[in-house]
Amino acid sequence: MGRYLVRRLLQFIPTVLGAMFVLHYLTAVAIQLTGNPVRAIFGDRMPPPSVLANLTDRLGLGDPCLEQPFNPCISLFFHRLELIFLHFDFGTDFNQRPVLDIVASALPLTVRLTIIAFVFELVVGIIAGVLAGLRNGSFWDYLVKISTVLLIAVPVFVLGAVVRDFVNVSFGNWLRGMDGVPELISRGVFAPTWTPEYQWASLVIPGLVLGALSLATIARLSRTSLLENMRADYVRTARAKGLTARRVVGVHTLRNSLIPVVTFLGTDLGALMGGAVITEGVFSIPGIGRQVVAAIFTGETTVVLGIVTILVLVYLVASLIVDLLYAVLDPRIRYE
Amino acid sequence: MSDVISTTTPIGAPPAMGDAEPGGVGGERTASLWADARRQLIRNPLFVVSSLFILLVTSMAVVPFLWTSKNPLACTVSGGLSRNPPSAEHWFGTSILGCDYYAQAIYGARNSMLISVIAAVGVVLLGGLVGLLAGYFGGAVDSVLSRVVDIFLGLPFLLGAIVFLVILDRREWWSLAAVLIALAWTVIARIMRGSVIASKNLDYVQAARALGASWLRLMFRHILPNAVAPVVVYATILLGAFVSAEATLTFLGVGLQVPSVSWGVMIDQHDGYYHEDPWLLLFPVALVVGTVLSFIVIGDALRDALDPRLR
Repeated sequence: MGRYLVRRLLQFIPTVLGAMFVLHYLTAVAIQLTGNPVRAIFGDRMPPPSVLANLTDRLGLGDPCLEQPFNPCISLFFHRLELIFLHFDFGTDFNQRPVLDIVASALPLTVRLTIIAFVFELVVGIIAGVLAGLRNGSFWDYLVKISTVLLIAVPVFVLGAVVRDFVNVSFGNWLRGMDGVPELISRGVFAPTWTPEYQWASLVIPGLVLGALSLATIARLSRTSLLENMRADYVRTARAKGLTARRVVGVHTLRNSLIPVVTFLGTDLGALMGGAVITEGVFSIPGIGRQVVAAIFTGETTVVLGIVTILVLVYLVASLIVDLLYAVLDPRIRYE
Repeated sequence: MSDVISTTTPIGAPPAMGDAEPGGVGGERTASLWADARRQLIRNPLFVVSSLFILLVTSMAVVPFLWTSKNPLACTVSGGLSRNPPSAEHWFGTSILGCDYYAQAIYGARNSMLISVIAAVGVVLLGGLVGLLAGYFGGAVDSVLSRVVDIFLGLPFLLGAIVFLVILDRREWWSLAAVLIALAWTVIARIMRGSVIASKNLDYVQAARALGASWLRLMFRHILPNAVAPVVVYATILLGAFVSAEATLTFLGVGLQVPSVSWGVMIDQHDGYYHEDPWLLLFPVALVVGTVLSFIVIGDALRDALDPRLR
């Protein structure tokens, strides 16, 4: 177990460095092909060359390799790694705001959004999937099957925009016009955008939208996995021994059926945080997704590198936890 | 997975890579996995309806002029033609720029389908090859390739795609397809690697090895045909995901641009108007949802038909 953990943690190093290099190279090529992004700060005014050069240098984009198309800028990459890992200096955005500061203000929002989405998809998804799997071919089964496929087929930005306009705006306006509805509901949960007064409440509906796609996947996964396992020999044995139906399903079948679901949940955690881009955009939530997208468009390489590296780490840690959970769920799996 | 393999006749089966249609390998008499699957599929009404819908959309993409005689780019805003509701002359109404919305929807199928099909083929070729090599050779090759897979799998899909696409100032269908391939091949590689590892030590592969078959022959003639089923299923579902991805990336401002016509461009252009003019959203979204839905249903049916454990 200990050795396995160390080996996995060591494998993180090349993966994180590789991902950082891919991002570094892409953002460098973007600068090489489209020119110095620092010029954009000055708008339509022409800055004196010395001012421009000074500012470019201060923002860490002064390396001459950024003017040679498709040059991988290896020395700049190592310089950035040195700053990040040896001096814990993640750089600043173009307004001289430290990247760590941006992350500190934006990350809690995205984490909250992800927690809401995660709990929602976990609870509702597994319950819906298990109920559908137990009553294979019933009305409930068809309802779950059809609604989940529909949820998967609708693009998230359409779902988000429709929910925002019809639930948060239209229904919310009606609620806000009524007497006796608590503010927490009318101006919190059904607020059309994120509102600082209701840190959790105004993230509930965006969280549900964010989790909807994965919810459908989880429901389908647990349904098929349960169906497959219900025919397994060990389930027949458990039945033949005279165990109650509840114990057969709850302990014997469900535990084995949850392995693919747990796998999905692990990879999904990273996807939720990165995929919050759209939900955050639709509901105007200033989380990390929106910060990264804004930074990508303005060419603020340091912000992109810093935040995406965090997201890659989240993904890696989540998939490690999943692998460790396998051993809990399936006693046949042991890590040497 | 061992059940899948034992019911097939591997020798003489052509590598069906990138071929989403279940070819009747070995014909009806031998009752191979694919022949069984085909028999089950044509009896599945959902599969038939979805396939017909995909056929319809494909015909829009290949021969749009059979569907409409109007030019999707012959637009005029004079005479109050902007955002007109559906009428006898303009079946789907007119867009914000006064283009015939029906013609746009028909011609839009081409870019959306082209991106999705090319990206899916590319993903299957690239991911399949990497997975095959990693699974067959194992050891150092596997370690290196698995790390590369990890790197690309760890990059958040949308953010990665935006970083890639911002570099280009003129984006055509092929640039979107290339980015989708670059970010989506990893899952196929993992699936392929898993099923290659599961089948490479089976008796018939050992037998072929004992007969002196070269590693290329082992890989492409014996292992691949039996490891390809889960990849085909996933690739079918990916086809739908890519149609949706095109719309999403265009909506985020890094996809196709006007004057290109695609369902994503149609949704993106009318983002702010659907409260007053809901059909502007309804038609392209219905086409996207219908296409994605059909691919998912086909993928599901394929999986059920190809997995003997579910029979």
